[in-house]
Amino acid sequence: MDILIEVLQQLINGISLGSIYALIALGYTMVYGVLRFINFAHGDIYMLGAYSGYLLAPLFAHTFRYGDFDTFTPQNALFILTGAGLVMSLSMAICAVIGVLVERIAYRPLRERPRLNVLITAIGVSLFLQNMTQFELGADPKAFPALIPVHVIEGLGNLTILTSQLTIIIATVVLLIILRFVVMKTKIGLAMRALSLNPTACSIMGVNNDIVVSFTFALGSALAGAAGILVSMDSPSINPLMGNLPGIKAFVAAVLGGIGNLPGAALGGLIIGILETLVVAIGFPQWRDGIAFAVLIVILLFKPTGLLGRVEREKV
Amino acid sequence: MSRSLLKLTIALAVCLCVSLFAEGYIAANLAYYYDILISIGVNTILATSLNLVNGYTGQFSLGHAGFMAVGAYASASWSNHLDPYIFAVLGGSGSPLATNFAMFVSMLVAGILAALAGFAVGVPSLRLKGDYLAIVTLGFGEIIRVAILNTDFLGASRGLSVVGTYTNLFWTYGSVVLCIYVVLSLVHSTYGRGFLTVRDDEVAAEAMGINTTRYKVVAFVVASFFAGIAGALYAHFKGFLTPEGFNFFRSVDIVVIVILGGMGSTAGVVFAAVLLTILPEFLRALAHTNFVPAQFHGLLENRLILYSLLLIVLMLTRPQGLFGDGAALKKLFGRSRAD
Repeated sequence: MDILIEVLQQLINGISLGSIYALIALGYTMVYGVLRFINFAHGDIYMLGAYSGYLLAPLFAHTFRYGDFDTFTPQNALFILTGAGLVMSLSMAICAVIGVLVERIAYRPLRERPRLNVLITAIGVSLFLQNMTQFELGADPKAFPALIPVHVIEGLGNLTILTSQLTIIIATVVLLIILRFVVMKTKIGLAMRALSLNPTACSIMGVNNDIVVSFTFALGSALAGAAGILVSMDSPSINPLMGNLPGIKAFVAAVLGGIGNLPGAALGGLIIGILETLVVAIGFPQWRDGIAFAVLIVILLFKPTGLLGRVEREKV
Repeated sequence: MSRSLLKLTIALAVCLCVSLFAEGYIAANLAYYYDILISIGVNTILATSLNLVNGYTGQFSLGHAGFMAVGAYASASWSNHLDPYIFAVLGGSGSPLATNFAMFVSMLVAGILAALAGFAVGVPSLRLKGDYLAIVTLGFGEIIRVAILNTDFLGASRGLSVVGTYTNLFWTYGSVVLCIYVVLSLVHSTYGRGFLTVRDDEVAAEAMGINTTRYKVVAFVVASFFAGIAGALYAHFKGFLTPEGFNFFRSVDIVVIVILGGMGSTAGVVFAAVLLTILPEFLRALAHTNFVPAQFHGLLENRLILYSLLLIVLMLTRPQGLFGDGAALKKLFGRSRAD
């Protein structure tokens, strides 16, 4: 039984970590879908999401009584959740705006240029966001304010699940459902799918490609921002470089699932999260950051289209 | 003796003379400038060699610092453990013959090990293209760093002290000259036209019977060899190594130099290496004068803000870099998305 509990425990840890990767990976995959390039600065949008929350939370602290977690009643639970939800939504909005601005200023003028030009620009944007944050707010790690009370959920026996982990998983599921709705059921979602299939035909059909691209960046960046807030609930120390590794791992997740494929990105994120937790659990904690790269190399060598991706032929 | 070989010999002789006659004076009286001189040399080797991969062969590698790390750690541990045997044969660590021979051997070891690492990384990853290759090389660079971080033998996160600091102007600029010579003769040789073909149109090259993968791997291995040499020079100059010194940002530094100089332009890259090594020092000095308001000091001292803006502005306005010719770059990147 103990083994079973242990496995379940690691699985839950892995899923909550993987949810974060999944949220970031969706942004990579959506941008790749419409523009066919890797938005290197995506991990830094995630970092900016965490920083937005860090700066916003104190503004609402009084209204929503953070810190008043000791007396946990249904009334203040509602308060707490509204407060956390508000901070998260506002941060997502800020990230969406930043994402759209980055695309407008740095990527759009290069739309007709070779792809690698855009990749280099994206590296530049990434470095710029990191270092400006570092310059404005300092390089030292900051303590993220507690948006929700973090403690072990009682009544689960030997299973240790934190409220923060539960929040991450629930919030991710909600966001994924919303995303699914937007992409599959709305007009702009239809335009996104059309654009990723064939940009020229899409614009001939009367779709304004620029608006769709901006919307895609907004959507992806909002998800990354949400991931930034959620991860900070669980590990409340944020710094300007926090987006680097999760950004790359989420990219690996997107490639693993088949880049350009939304369910694939979510699946890839979960797999990377679980693998990483396993590597730590079986006693190689120092290699946790290496496993994602190993997965990337293996997947690119043996199945470059990813688990759910489709084959694209190279046309000469 | 062919003309290019003659030039190489003359250049090496000049390095030797400068080193023999001016080394002591510069090192003793102009220590700060001596530091910068060596850094310029190391950066030039790194950038010129990376240019063979990123510029001439058109493969975008983002992990050059990883190979530099292999070279640095290889030469450092070689010297730490085996130099005593060399000294036992050739006379004590005070004798110039012994130290310079030790330096030569450790550079060679560094270059060969880095080249092997480049081969091991290059063979699987060079099957990939464009952004994928960039990410995979980045990944390998990080894996090398993580591996060093977890190897107790190499000091792990504590860092590794290097016993002898034998790097001097001759070894540094001798390597610079050799690196430039090798890269230029490679790309200007009949064999080396293959690199340019791979860059210009891979599909056409393959159709003409050129083994594109082999060319890519050769470029990668040669570049790694020189990155290893640069690492050895760095190790024996600083005297202390930490894995953090070879992180992703170090790779970015080198890539910025190559892009500023112009991909596929050795002259441009050498110029950019000198410029971008001096520029942070210059800005730091500027920040300590009264011309600049205090709130901008941090901006001036943070080279990465400058580099990031440089990358963005260059790509928007002059993607061919300072010296690169436009045609080469346009072809290097292939057509944009075939719509």
